[in-house]
Amino acid sequence: MTRRRAALFVRIAVVAGLVISLEICCRTGIIDPLTIIPPSEMIVSMVDHIGSGEFNESIVNTFSTIILAFVMAVGFGTLAGALVHGSSRLRDVADPLLASYYSVPTFIFYPPLVALLGLGKTPLVVLGVLSAAPAVMISTLSGLDGVPPVLMKLARIHRLSPARTLWWIVLPAALPRLFTGFKLALSYALIGVIAGEFILSGTGLGYAISFAYQSFDNRAMYGLMLFVLLVAIIANGILYVWEGRLARRRSVG
Amino acid sequence: MSDVSLEAALSGRTWRRRIRAFDAVVLTLLMMALWQVISSWTKGVAVSPPLPTLFYLFGLLRTWMFWDHAAATLTAFLLAYALSALIGLALGLIFGLRRFAGEVAEPVLAGFYTIPKVTLYPVVLLVFGLGMSAKVAFGVMHGLVPMTLFTLGAVRNLPPVLIRTGRVLRLSPGRMMRWVLVPACLPDIVNGLRISFSLSLLGVLIGEMFSSQRGLGFLLINGMAQHNVPLSTAIVTVIVAVAIAANTLMLRIGRPPARRSNRE
Repeated sequence: MTRRRAALFVRIAVVAGLVISLEICCRTGIIDPLTIIPPSEMIVSMVDHIGSGEFNESIVNTFSTIILAFVMAVGFGTLAGALVHGSSRLRDVADPLLASYYSVPTFIFYPPLVALLGLGKTPLVVLGVLSAAPAVMISTLSGLDGVPPVLMKLARIHRLSPARTLWWIVLPAALPRLFTGFKLALSYALIGVIAGEFILSGTGLGYAISFAYQSFDNRAMYGLMLFVLLVAIIANGILYVWEGRLARRRSVG
Repeated sequence: MSDVSLEAALSGRTWRRRIRAFDAVVLTLLMMALWQVISSWTKGVAVSPPLPTLFYLFGLLRTWMFWDHAAATLTAFLLAYALSALIGLALGLIFGLRRFAGEVAEPVLAGFYTIPKVTLYPVVLLVFGLGMSAKVAFGVMHGLVPMTLFTLGAVRNLPPVLIRTGRVLRLSPGRMMRWVLVPACLPDIVNGLRISFSLSLLGVLIGEMFSSQRGLGFLLINGMAQHNVPLSTAIVTVIVAVAIAANTLMLRIGRPPARRSNRE
C-alpha cells in the first residue's frame, strides 16, 4: 500500500513537473506561442469557452452521440457474444473475424458511411458502435468461457430456471470480464465519435476543435482540446477505479 | 481396435475442418452479398458493387498515381512502425526491469492509450508542420504505447529465476536482453508488434485523412469529395486486405512459441 502510494506521488510529481516545464518553456519563448500556448492559458481558455455557453450545443451533441453509441454497442455486443457462445459452429466462424477485426482501421469506413447516411448524427453513432461493439463481444465471450463448470452444475442441482441461472450464477461469474469490455467500449466509442466529428462533420466538439485549428484560433483550440481530454480521462478513471473495487471485492468475498 | 478409434478421430477432425472451411466460404459469400445489397440499395452513391470495384482496383494498380500515394503512406507507416516498435521495446524492457519506474509509468501510459488522440493531431501539425514528419509522429503516438505495455507486462510476469540465472552468469545488459529477456518474452512481444502495427497504420491514415496532400488516406477523402465512388471503395478494399493479411501473418508467427511454452 505504501509502495502504491509512493508510486502515485512520484507519478503526480512527474506529470506536474512536465506541465510546469512546458509552462516555463512557453513563457520564456523557447516554444513559440503560435505552436503551443502555456498550460495556464489553456485552462483559462477552457473555462472561458465552456463557461460562455457558445459550445453548449456541441457538447450536448457529442456526448449524447457517444452515450447512444456506447449503449448500443453494449447491447449488441453482449447479445452477439451470448449468441455466438451458444453455438460452437458460429464460434468457429466468429473467432478469426474477431481476432483480425481491430487490425482494420475503422475510420476508413467513415467517408462511405457519411455518403450512405448523410452528414448527421447517424454515421457517427454507427462509427462508434462499429468500433466499440466487437470489444464488448470479445469480452462477453471470454467472460462466458470463464464461468467455472462447477457453478453450472450447482445451478442444475438447485434446479434453477434459465433466467435465474443467468442472474444468480452466470452474470456474477462473468461480470469482471464483461466490465473490462464495457470500459473498452466507452473509450472506443469516445474515440470513434470524436475522430469522426474531427475528420468530417458539421457539429460537435471534434468539429469545433478542427474548425478552431483551421481558423488559426489557437486559444479556443487548446481550451476545447483540454476539455475533451479531461472528460475522457475522468470518465476512464472512474471506470478504472470502479473495476478495481469490483476485482478487490471478488478476491475478498 | 485402437486403430479404428484413431481412424474415427482423424476422420472426425477432417470432418470438422471441412465444416469450418464450408462455413468460411459461406461467410465470405454472405459478406459479398451484403456489400452488393448495400451498393445497389444506395444505387452506388456511397459504395460501388464488389465486382466493378475489383476491376477498377486492377486498373488502379497499373496507374503510377496510385503507387505514388501508396508509397507515401507506406514510407510514413514503416517509419512510424519501426520507431514505435524499437522505442516501445526499449521502454517496455526498462519499465519491466525497474519495477518502481514501471509502477509509476504504467497508469500514465494506459491513460494515454484510452484518450481520443485525434484531438491532439492539430498540435502535432503545429509542432511538425504539414507533411511526412507529422504523419510519422502521429503514427508513433498510436503505436508506441501498446508496444511498451505489452513488453512491460511480459517482462514483469517473467519467472524471476531466469533473471537470476542471467545475473549468476554475469551477463552484460546487452547479452541479458539478447539471450534471456527477448526470447522469454517473445510471444508477448509479437502480440505487441501486431497491435502496434494496426494502430500505427491507423494513426498514419487518420493523419492523411485529416490534412494531407498525399497518401491513401488523402486519396480516400478526395475520392469521396469528388464523388469518385469506385476509387474510394477500392482504397478501402486495399487497406482492409493489407491490414487483415498482416494481422493474420503475425497471429501465425506468434502462435508456435506460445504453444511451446504452454507445453513445458
